[in-house]
Amino acid sequence: MSAIATTVRGRRPVSDAWTLTIRVLLFYRNSPGLIGMSLGAPLVMLVMFGYVFGSAIRIPGGEDYRSYLMPGLFVLIAVNGIMASMVGAARDLERGMTDRLRTLPISRTATLLGQAVADVMVNAVIIVLMAGVGYAVGWRVHDGAAKAIGALGLLLLLRFAVVWVGFFLGMACRREEIAAQAGLLVLPVSTVSNVYVPTAGMPGWLRTIADWNPVSCATSAARSLFGDTIGAAATSPWPLAHPIEATFAWSAVLLALFMPLAVRAFSTHGR
Amino acid sequence: MDAAAITVTGLHKRFGKTHALRGLDLSVGAGTVCGLLGPNGAGKTTAVRVLATLSAPTSGQASVAGYDVVRRPDEVRRRIGFTGQHAALDEGITGRQNLRLLGRLRHLGARGARQRADELLERFELADAADRLVRTYSGGMRRRLDLIASLITRPDVLFLDEPTTGLDPRSRNEVWETVRQLAEDGTTVLLTTQYLDEADHLADDIVVVDQGIVIASGHPDELKEAIGVRVEATLADAAHLETAAKILRELTGCLTTIEADELRVSVNTGGGRGVGLPRLVRELDAAGVDAVDVALRRPSLDEVFLTLTGDTTGRN
Repeated sequence: MSAIATTVRGRRPVSDAWTLTIRVLLFYRNSPGLIGMSLGAPLVMLVMFGYVFGSAIRIPGGEDYRSYLMPGLFVLIAVNGIMASMVGAARDLERGMTDRLRTLPISRTATLLGQAVADVMVNAVIIVLMAGVGYAVGWRVHDGAAKAIGALGLLLLLRFAVVWVGFFLGMACRREEIAAQAGLLVLPVSTVSNVYVPTAGMPGWLRTIADWNPVSCATSAARSLFGDTIGAAATSPWPLAHPIEATFAWSAVLLALFMPLAVRAFSTHGR
Repeated sequence: MDAAAITVTGLHKRFGKTHALRGLDLSVGAGTVCGLLGPNGAGKTTAVRVLATLSAPTSGQASVAGYDVVRRPDEVRRRIGFTGQHAALDEGITGRQNLRLLGRLRHLGARGARQRADELLERFELADAADRLVRTYSGGMRRRLDLIASLITRPDVLFLDEPTTGLDPRSRNEVWETVRQLAEDGTTVLLTTQYLDEADHLADDIVVVDQGIVIASGHPDELKEAIGVRVEATLADAAHLETAAKILRELTGCLTTIEADELRVSVNTGGGRGVGLPRLVRELDAAGVDAVDVALRRPSLDEVFLTLTGDTTGRN
C-alpha cells in the first residue's frame, strides 16, 4: 500500500466537519450571487408588506410598521433556510454524493454537522446584510449592542435547529424536485405567526397555533432583544410572554428530535 | 499476485420482498480487473454497494482487502474507492476544489490533498479544466473526474458501478483508458457493466450475474470458448445455398442457418467439432460452390451472454 494511505488512521471528526463546512462555503465563494438570492425573498417581503400592505396596517401602540416588521423578516430568513437544506440534502442523495461521503472513513454526524455549521455562517452574513437594509428603511436597535448580538445568536440557534429538520425532510423526499416543492410548505408555517401582524386579531384556534409557532416565539424574542416597544401584553400566552425561553425550548426540541433522525437517514440510505 | 482482494460467500440481500442477491459467490484476485456483467436488476449494483459498505447484507459473508465489510466497515473504507452510477461531484465548485476536499476528507492534510489533486489532474489530462466549475464540464469529463475522485488515496480496491453508462463513444474510450491506467498501478478493480464489449475490453475475468447469483465466470476467452466458433460463408449465387449448408453441416456436425437475403450460410459450432477454413474452402470448391467470403468468427460476448441467460428480450 502507498505511503499516503498508511498514514491515514483514526477518525478526526472536528477536522472532517470543518472540511464539509469549507465545501459549502466554497459554493458561496464561487457563486456570491447565491447570497443575493437568499436576500431576495425577504427584500420582496419588505417591499410588499413594509410599503404595500403595511401602508394600511396600524400596529397597536402606534409603532412604525417597518420597525415592527424587520425582526420578523430576520426570523423568516432563518426559517426559510429549511428549503435550501432540504434541496441540498435531496440533491446530495440523488446525485450519489451521499453514497460517496458514506464510503469515506469519517463520522456521519461530523459530515452533517459541518454542513449545518456552514449554513449558519452564511445565514449570519445574510441577516447582517438584511439589518443594513433595515437600517436604511428606518429600523433601529434600541437596547444596545449586547442584546442585539444576543438576538443574532438566538436567530442562528433557531436556524441551526431548522437545518437538521431540513436535512431529514430533504432525505425523506429523496429527489431534488420533490424537496423543492415540499420546501414551499414552510411559507404558510411562517405566515401563520406574528411576523406580519399581531396574533391578537386572529380567530381563536388560529391564534393559538400562531402563538405557539416557533416563528412567533423567535419574532417576539427578536423584537424584545432589539428593544422594540411592542412588549408582551398581560394576556399573552406563555410562549409570547417568555419568547426567549420559548425559542430556546423550540430549538432544543427540534434538535433533539431531528439531529438523530437526520443522521440516521444519512447513515441508512439504501442499506 | 494470487491473494484475493475481494471474497464473497453465499451473499444474500433482501429489500422487503425483493431478493436482490441469492447466494452470490465471488473471488477477485489482488491487482486484477473483474467485470461483473448482467442485465438490469441482476444484483450487480447491490453487490457493489454491500462490498463498499453502503448496504448491509441479509446473510452471507464478504470481505474486502482482508476486512469483513459488516464487522470492520471503517477498515474497508480506508482501503477502497467507490464511484457510483451518478457522477458524485459538487457542480458549484471547481474540479480541483472537488479533489482537494476529498483529499482532506481522506486525511491527506491540506498540503497533501493539494499535491495529490494536482498530480491526478495532470496525469489524467484534466489540468486545463481543473479551475472551471464542474457545472461546465462535459459528461465524459465529469465521469473521469468522478473516477479520479475515488483515487485520491490510491485505494487497494476500486468499485466502479456502470462507469460508462450514458456516455458517448469518445467519452467511453476516455474512461476505459483511465481504468486501464489504474489497473496498471496494481489497483484491484471491480466494475459492473451491462455492456459486454466493455467487460471484454477491460476485465481480466468476467463474472456473469443473473437474478442474484453467478451463472458463469472466467476469462473472456474461456467464456467465448464455451460457446464455440461461428463459421460463415457468403456465396456468389443463391442457387448454391443448400449445397453449402449441407457441406457445413457435414463438416461441423452442427445445425446450419441460411440467410438467403445475405447469400450467407453460417454455423455455430457451440463447443462441438472445430473446423479448418482450408478444408471448408476445398470442399466448397469441389462442389462447385462459388464463395465470395469464408470466415471463422469468434462469438461476441453478447452471444455468450444470451446463451448463458437464455434471455433474448431487450438485448440485441
